[in-house]
Parts: sequence; C-alpha cells; structure tokens
Amino acid sequence: MGEAVEKVETKESILSINNIEVVYDDVILVLRGISLEVPKGEIVTLLGPNGAGKSTTLKAISGLLKTEDGEVTRGSIHFKGESISNCDPDAVVRRGIFQVMEGRRIIEDMTVIENLRLGAYTRRDRFIKDDIDKVFHYFPRLKERTGMAGYLSGGEQQMLAIGRAVMARPEMILLDEPSMGLSPLLVKEVFSIIRNINQEQGITMLLVEQNANMALHCASYGYVMESGKIALDGPCADLLNNEDMKEFYLSGGDKDRKSFKDLKSYKRRKRWM
Amino acid sequence: MNYELLLQLIINGLIVGTLYGVVAMCFVLIYKSTRVVNFAQGEFLLIGAWTCWAMLVKFELPFYVGFPLTLVFMMIFGVVLQVLVLRPMIGEPIISVIMVTIGLSMFFQGLVTWIFGGYTKAFPTVFATESVNIGGMQIETAYMMSLIVSLVIMIAFYFFFKYSRMGLAMRATAFNQQIAQSLGISVKHVFAAAWAISAVVSALAGVVIGMVNGVSSALSFIGIKVFPVVILGGLDSIVGAIVGGLLIGVLENLAEFFDSQWLQLGNLYNIAPFYALVIILMIKPYGLFGTKDIERI
Repeated sequence: MGEAVEKVETKESILSINNIEVVYDDVILVLRGISLEVPKGEIVTLLGPNGAGKSTTLKAISGLLKTEDGEVTRGSIHFKGESISNCDPDAVVRRGIFQVMEGRRIIEDMTVIENLRLGAYTRRDRFIKDDIDKVFHYFPRLKERTGMAGYLSGGEQQMLAIGRAVMARPEMILLDEPSMGLSPLLVKEVFSIIRNINQEQGITMLLVEQNANMALHCASYGYVMESGKIALDGPCADLLNNEDMKEFYLSGGDKDRKSFKDLKSYKRRKRWM
Repeated sequence: MNYELLLQLIINGLIVGTLYGVVAMCFVLIYKSTRVVNFAQGEFLLIGAWTCWAMLVKFELPFYVGFPLTLVFMMIFGVVLQVLVLRPMIGEPIISVIMVTIGLSMFFQGLVTWIFGGYTKAFPTVFATESVNIGGMQIETAYMMSLIVSLVIMIAFYFFFKYSRMGLAMRATAFNQQIAQSLGISVKHVFAAAWAISAVVSALAGVVIGMVNGVSSALSFIGIKVFPVVILGGLDSIVGAIVGGLLIGVLENLAEFFDSQWLQLGNLYNIAPFYALVIILMIKPYGLFGTKDIERI
C-alpha cells in the first residue's frame, strides 16, 4: 500500500486523508485508520462490501458526519492543504466539496429548477441561469420535467442529484453510490455523464460504488475498504486484473471452479485482512 | 332573519380571518423550519404593537418612521430570541422546547404589562376617514387596510418561498435538515431567519389590530386563537394556515350571529373556534393540508 500512495503523490493531490478514525455516538468505532489521496482532476473510487465504512469516509470529508453524531477522533483531512476535519457541512461546501448523498436525496416537493437553484445556494454570481442550461445539456431529459421532483423516476432523480452538485461549481464532488437502484442501461448512461463532467468541468471526483466493474472502468485509481480499513489499493487497471478483486468484487475470476464447494471465499476473506 | 347583519358578519369574518391567516403563517413558518411549537406567537403581536405605539406616542415619531423602526426592532428581537433562547434547545425533547415557549409567553406578558401598564391604549389615528362605502356596505378604513396588508403579506410570502434564495433554503430545511446542510445551507441562519420573519410579520399584524381595537394584553389572545387555525389547516402547511384562518374567522362570526339571533349565550364567539379545534382533532387530526407523519403535541 505504501508504494501505491507514493505513486499517486507524484501528482498534486487535492484531498488527502491521513489515518483517520471515526467514532459514532462516542462509542462505535467505524473507521480504523483510513488514509487516501485524491489527485486533482482525477476520478478515484472507493469500493468495498456493505458496512465497510465507505459512506462514513465520504461523510467524514463533507462534515455530514456531524449530523449523525459521528466525529473524526484521530488523523487529519486536508483539502487543498487546509485542514477540514470536523468542519461544519455548510463550510465544507463553501470550500468547494459537494457530496451527492446515497439514495439521491433530492427535495421531493420542489421542482427540478428549484432543486438546481438550491445546488447553487453558496454562490452569489449571476451565472446560475447559464449553469442550469449547462446541467440540462448533460441531462437533456430533466428539461422536460416540470412537476415535483418526487415524481421523477429513480434515474432522473439521480441525474438531478448530480446536476445539483454541478450547480455548486465545486472543485470536488463526492458521489455515494450513483448506480443504486438503477437499471444496467441507466448505470452506463449515468457513468458516462460522470466522466464527461469530470473531463469537461475539471471536477475531481471521489466515487463510492458497489458496482465495482463499472467504477473501476470509470476511475483512474481505486481503494478497497473492508471493516473500516483500506484492504487494497492501486491504479484501476491493476485492480481489474487482481485475482482477489476478480473473485470478490468482479464476477468471474477463478475459471476452474466447478461448484460452490470450491468457493472458499469466507476463509480467504479472513486471510485477506 | 337579519340578512344584512349576516353578510356584514361574514365580511368581518373574512377580514379578521386573513389576519388570523397571517399570524398562523408566522406560526407555521417557525414550526415548519425549526420544529418548534411557538406558544409565544401572540406575544410577538403584543410586543410589536406596543413598540409601535411607544414610537408614535412616546417618541412622537411620524407613522412612516415609527412603523419601519418597529419592524427593524422586531427583526433584531426575533434573531436575538432564537440565538439566546431557542438555539441552546436544539436537540432537546419537544416537550422542553414547548415549555420554554410557554415560559417566554408568560415572561413577555408580564414584561409588557410592567412597562406599559394594564390598560388599553388607543393608537393615534392614521386615517382621516372612518369608513369607506363598498357596494352599499360600510367598512372601516382600518379593516380595509388590514385586509390589504394581509393580502400583501400573503403574496410576499408566496414569492419569498418560490423565488428567493433564503425562501428556498427554508423549504429545503423544512424538508430535511441533512439534505439542506449537504447543499451548503447553514441551518443556524435559516432558524434565525425564520424567527426574524415570524416576529416582523406578527408585529405587522399586531399593529394593524392595535389600530382597530387599541393596544392591550388582549392582543396576545390571537396567539391562542392561532391554534384552532393551524390545527384546521394542518400544522405544517402555509396554504392551510391561510385557509384555516379564513374558515375560523368566518366560523367565529357565524357563531356570533347564531348566538345573537337565537341562543343568547353571550360568548359563543370566543369559544366556537375551540369547539372546532376539538372536533378537528377527533376526525381529521392532520388538518386539511397537513403532512400525515408529523408529530402530535
């Protein structure tokens, strides 16, 4: 893991997390020393099973941890060289990090336009209208929806949530499972738009995903988390060829396997950590 | 049956009802964005009306100076109250917060009586003519003004929540505080703004009623009458507050009509809204426009 971090550090990293511990309700230790680097302008993905602490990591960065009685008790989070550990969430947004929360979380009793205008809440310039058009350029189907956002389909809500993030003109977007509950075709569409936004707007992204295959093809560097720690990391191309990755996260791998008897993943998983 | 009286009372009901609606909107604004049930809403009217009265009578300022100064004072009052008293209560059980607002209500009642005395005092006359004739009905100018002020406030509320940055932020906070925070909205600012707006608009209503009836502790009774209104309309619905206000206003005056014509009980006018309150809670506890899952108190 050490060498991998060095490799990334050759590029200027916009966000660096150094050995953080997160505790919920003063007693529940969720993150047990996470370190990661996100280089400027790249997409970095954070993979892992349910309960590994991926979402908690994002919330530790965005400060939303505070709204759930969580706290960063050790280590540091630096964004553009400044410490943002335990900052208020609204202060973090003003510094340029915007989190798209898991499960879309749009404001259902508002229209698409109102949701987008709220995304630009921290801005006070006159280009908000232009940016709404920009979002409609990325997500043309949102333009036709004039009713309450709660009536949008799941995919459209996800698009709105991402569009709302773009409206804030952030330097970095934290995406929490954008593929959740979407059809495979929609997942493809959403991911290609995420890449477009990353390239055209130059927004750095930290992407948390269950859909490892999709995420590894989209990102340039990946971290794999397991029970509150980083288990594995490397450039996505390497991770795609990693045998453990193939077995646990990417279907396939282990071509000789004849039956479930050969699948000893529970044992191997123990050894892995 | 006296149709002329009936019509007059219904019109009175609508005029008073819009004022109830305005005060109820202020109540709902605080409830919706901060989840605080404000039992001191009526005292906002009282303090606003007395402040304006003091500006006009004690300091002898002209209306167009004293009135805006009153509103500025109330804005600061609202923010200070929220920051000093209600902010430390965030996260405390709902019953504690309710107790605090009841305490505030009593405290302000006492304070105002201490400063200004217990007698009703008349506002200096602002309008030259006593009443205007509209379609054969005599309507007091002050009533006319109250109607216009209420309608302007309602329209202003509509545009505020639909188009302004803070209005949208308030709706977002009301919908879900975590989502609001994830968008960069400072919930603290939203809370302070909600109390400030509520205090200012309540004071406006207080001044208007003070002009008609004179200023006295009776003004804070509106704060209690707001409860039938918001329970009928739904605790968390701005539209419900307006509709509820109109309905309760008319109901009150119809009760007055029946009472004076047939029943001769004497004070049905004051009690009828609370009968309505009990009945609504029994058959439709969420009100006409309220959200189903809100907490009952």
